[in-house]
Amino acid sequence: MTALIQLRGIHKHYGDYHALRGIDLEIRQGEFFSLLGPSGCGKTTLLRTIAGFETPSSGTLMIDGKDMAAVPANHRPTNMVFQSYAIFPHLTVAENVGFGLRREPMSKDQKTKAVAEALAMVGLSGYGTRAAHALSGGQRQRVALARALILKPKVLLLDEPLSALDKKMREQMQVELIRLQRTVGITFILVTHDQEEALVMSDRIAVMFEGEIGQMADPETLYRRPNSRRVAEFIGKMNILPGQVGMEGNRIVVDVAGLGRGAVETDQAPGGVVPGNTSVGIRPETLGVLFPGETTDRRVAEGVVDEVVYYGDMTYYDVRVPGVQQPLTISMKNIIGRPVLEVGAPTRVVWDERSLVVLSR
Amino acid sequence: MRRAWGLRTYAIIYLVFLYAPILLLPLFAFNDAAIIAFPLTGFSTRWFEQLWTTQALHQALRNSLFIASITAILATLLGTCAARAGTMPSFPGKRGALGFVMLPLVLPEIVIAVALLIVVRQVLDLNLSNWTVIAAHTVICIPFSIAILNGAFQNLDPSFEEAAMDLGETRWGAFRLVTLPLVLPGIISSLLICFIISLDDFVIAQFLTGSNPTMPVYIYGLTRFVDALPLIMALGTILVTISITLLIIAEYFRRRGVARAGFKDTGGFL
Amino acid sequence: MGIFATSPKARAAALVAPPLIYSLLLLAFPLVAIVVISFWTQSGLNLDRTFTTANYREIFSGPIYIWGNANRWGVLPLSIFVSATVTLITVALAYPIAYFVSFVVAPERKSLWLFLITIPFWTSYLIRVFLWKVILGYNGVVNTGLIELGIIQEPLNVLLYNLNSVIITLAHAYAVFAILPIYVALEKIDRSLLEASQDLGENRFTTFLRVTLPLSVPGIVGAVLIVFIPTIGDYVTPELMLGSGGRLMSNVIQTQFLQLNNWPLGAALSIITMLAVGIVSLLFILLNRRWLRGRA
Repeated sequence: MTALIQLRGIHKHYGDYHALRGIDLEIRQGEFFSLLGPSGCGKTTLLRTIAGFETPSSGTLMIDGKDMAAVPANHRPTNMVFQSYAIFPHLTVAENVGFGLRREPMSKDQKTKAVAEALAMVGLSGYGTRAAHALSGGQRQRVALARALILKPKVLLLDEPLSALDKKMREQMQVELIRLQRTVGITFILVTHDQEEALVMSDRIAVMFEGEIGQMADPETLYRRPNSRRVAEFIGKMNILPGQVGMEGNRIVVDVAGLGRGAVETDQAPGGVVPGNTSVGIRPETLGVLFPGETTDRRVAEGVVDEVVYYGDMTYYDVRVPGVQQPLTISMKNIIGRPVLEVGAPTRVVWDERSLVVLSR
Repeated sequence: MRRAWGLRTYAIIYLVFLYAPILLLPLFAFNDAAIIAFPLTGFSTRWFEQLWTTQALHQALRNSLFIASITAILATLLGTCAARAGTMPSFPGKRGALGFVMLPLVLPEIVIAVALLIVVRQVLDLNLSNWTVIAAHTVICIPFSIAILNGAFQNLDPSFEEAAMDLGETRWGAFRLVTLPLVLPGIISSLLICFIISLDDFVIAQFLTGSNPTMPVYIYGLTRFVDALPLIMALGTILVTISITLLIIAEYFRRRGVARAGFKDTGGFL
Repeated sequence: MGIFATSPKARAAALVAPPLIYSLLLLAFPLVAIVVISFWTQSGLNLDRTFTTANYREIFSGPIYIWGNANRWGVLPLSIFVSATVTLITVALAYPIAYFVSFVVAPERKSLWLFLITIPFWTSYLIRVFLWKVILGYNGVVNTGLIELGIIQEPLNVLLYNLNSVIITLAHAYAVFAILPIYVALEKIDRSLLEASQDLGENRFTTFLRVTLPLSVPGIVGAVLIVFIPTIGDYVTPELMLGSGGRLMSNVIQTQFLQLNNWPLGAALSIITMLAVGIVSLLFILLNRRWLRGRA
C-alpha cells in the first residue's frame, strides 16, 4: 500500500528557534495516526504544516502523490478540527456545517441534504437552527467534526480535539471518534499530549520530542518496546534502572543492578545495543509481589514494602530491594481474598527477563 | 447584591454632578427669557426658530458634518488596519509603530494643532480649509478607533479565519465571511465615535479651519454676545440630542458585537 | 497573490504601514517642524530662518512664563499647579465610582453604569464648559437659585472668574478619563485575592488598603496621566472661566499663534510645555514604578 501522505526532511525555523528538525513520515490511506508529545515538541506545527497554515523552511510534503508546496490551505484535500473548535459564532449550526459548501457545485437542496446528513453522522440531527454560541463543549466538537467531514477530505486533521472536554465526555468522544473514523474510512491525524488517548485511539503513533520523531510504531510496540528512555518515560509508568548490557556470542545479556543477569531477545533492545552502561526499563505490571505463602518458579528478589497506593482495581507498591537504586514500582490487580500488603512488610519481588527493555538512548 | 449604601449614594450624587449641565440645557433652551437665570419665565420655542433662520449657522453645520463624516471614514479605515495588525504575528518594530500611532492620546491637543498649523502654512504653504481640519481630526481619532476595534479583533479566535480557509475560502473570502461580520459592530461603533469626536472638537478646528468655521468655532464666536446665550442653549440641546442618539446606536452595535462573538460583556468604549 | 500570499509577519507589516505612514506625515513631521521653527524668529510678517535660541532665552529670562514675581506665579508653574490640582481632585472623586461599578454593581448592570458615566463625556465639550459658566456665573443658576430659595441675599462672587471654576469644570470634563483606567485595573483583580486576604485575617478595609489599592495603582497612574496631560493643553476652560485676566500656558500659546502672530515664540512655548508635561509625567511614573513592575 502506498502512502497517502509523505513528508520528507521537513524543517521549520522561527527565527533562531528550530521547531521541526527533519521530519520523515508516511501515513497510509484510512489510518488513524497520532502525533504524540509534550507541549512545545512541534506536533501542532507539523499538523499545521500538513494543513497548509505553516510553510516548511525545507523538505517536501506530498498528499495523494501531489506536492503541496504551492497549494494553499484552502485548496488542500485536508480539513481540520481546531483545538478551540473555531465554531463561527455569528452563524447557526447548519450554516457552520455548510460553510465549506459555498463553493461546491451543488443545488441548494443538495446542500441542505448534505448538512442534514453530516449532522446526523455526529448525532446532532435537529440542531441545525441553533445559534452556535449556545452549544455545549461536546456539541461544539461534533459541529466542528461535521463541518470538517462534509467536504469529504482525504485527511482529517484533529488538533487536541478532546482537551477542552471533561474526563467522562472525553472518554465517550474517544470511542465515537474511533467509530466515526471506521465508518467514513478517512485518514485521521490526531495531535495530542495525552498518551492514554493516543494509545486507545490510534493505529500508529509518532512520539515527538523537540522537533523530532522519537519513535513511530503501533500502540502495543510503543508501550512494550520503547526505543529510548524519553519515550519510555513519556508513555505509561516505567521503572528505569541502571544496568550493563553486552553481547555473549549472538545473545544480548543484561545485568540489572540489584536484580541480576538475564538474556534478552533482539526486540527487547529496539534502540540497538551499545555494550556497557545502560538503562533498563521494566513496566510495573510485569513485576509482581509474592504474598505470604505464595511461591513461584520465576526469578525473585527480597525487598520491603516502602509505599502502598490503593487505586480500587489496582494497588501500586513501591518496594525497596537491596542493591536496586530506587524503589521498584509494582502494580497488582486486586483479587478477592488477596490482602493488601502494609508498609514495612517484607516481601519478594517477582521479575522476568522477558519483560526487560534495554534503553540505550 | 452587597449593601454599600455609602458608595451607592456617592455614585448617585456623582451622576447628578455629571449630568447637571446637560439637564439644564433644555430647561433654558425652551425658556422664554433672554437671560439665563432662575426663575424660568415660560415655555418658548423661539430660540429654535431663530436657529432655523440663521444662515451662517447652517453653513457651519454643513462644514462640520462634512468634516466629521470624512474623518470618521478615514480614521476607521486606518484604525482597522492597525487593530487587525495588532492581532497578527509580531515583527520587529510593530509595537513601536502601533505605540506611535496611539501617541495623540497623550499629547496636548493644542500641540497637535499648532504643529499641523506650522506644517500647512509654513512648510507646505497651503491654505487652511476643511481638509486641513479633516487631516488633523483623523490624527486624533485614529487612537480611539484602534481602542474600540482592538476589543473587536482581540475577541476573535485566530482559528476562525484559518477554519474558513481550511474549508476552501480564500484569505479575502475568510475575512469577508467570518472576520468582517464579527467586527462590523466595532467598525460601526468606531465610525460613530470618530464622528462625534470630530463634530465636537474645538481646539484643532479653531487653529486649522479655513474661511468657513465649523460648528464649535461658530458657537465659540457666539459666546461673546450676551444676547446669544439662549441661542447657544438651543443649539446645545440639539447637539447633545444628536450625540446621545449616535452614542446609543454605537453602544447598541458594540453590545451586539459582544453578544455575537459569544463573549461576556465587560462594557465600556475605551 | 501579491502581498496577501506572503508570510503573516509581512502581512502584518503591510497593514501597519498605512496608519503608520499617516501618523509619520501628520504627527512626526509636524512635531519636527515645531522644533525647527522654535529656533527661528519672527520679524514682521516674515520668518527669520537663522538659528537662534532667542525664543527660549525670552521664555527663561522674563518674569512671565517661568519664574513669576512676588505677586503672581509664572504661567508654566501656575498651569502645572492647576492641572495637578484638577488631576488630584478628578482622580480622587473618580476612584470611588470606579470601585463602585467594579465591586458593588451586579455584573450584568456594569455596562449600563459605564454607559451612563460615558454619555456626558461625548456631548459637546464647548457647550459643557459654557454651561458651567452659566451655572457658576454672577447671575448664574447657582446664585439665582440660591437667592430664589432664600439661602443667600447677594450673589456669591467666589464662583466664577477664579481657579475654582476652572477646577470644577475640568474635573467634570475629564471624569470619564479618570474612571475608566481605574475601573479596568480593578476589574483585573482576581476576586479570590480578596478572599485570601480576608481568610488571612484582614477585614474589608485593611484588605482594601493592602490588596485592592496596591493592585489598582496601574489604573491610578493611567488615570493621572490621561487627565494631567490634556488639561495642560486645554485653553477653552481657562479662557471662558477666568475671563480676560487669567492666562494659562495653553492660552499664551494660542495667543501667540492666532493673535500676536509670533509663531516661533509660540512653538518654543509649546515645546517647553510638552517637556514640562513629559518630565512631570515621568517623575510620577518613576515614583510609582514599584507598583507598576511586572504589570501592563
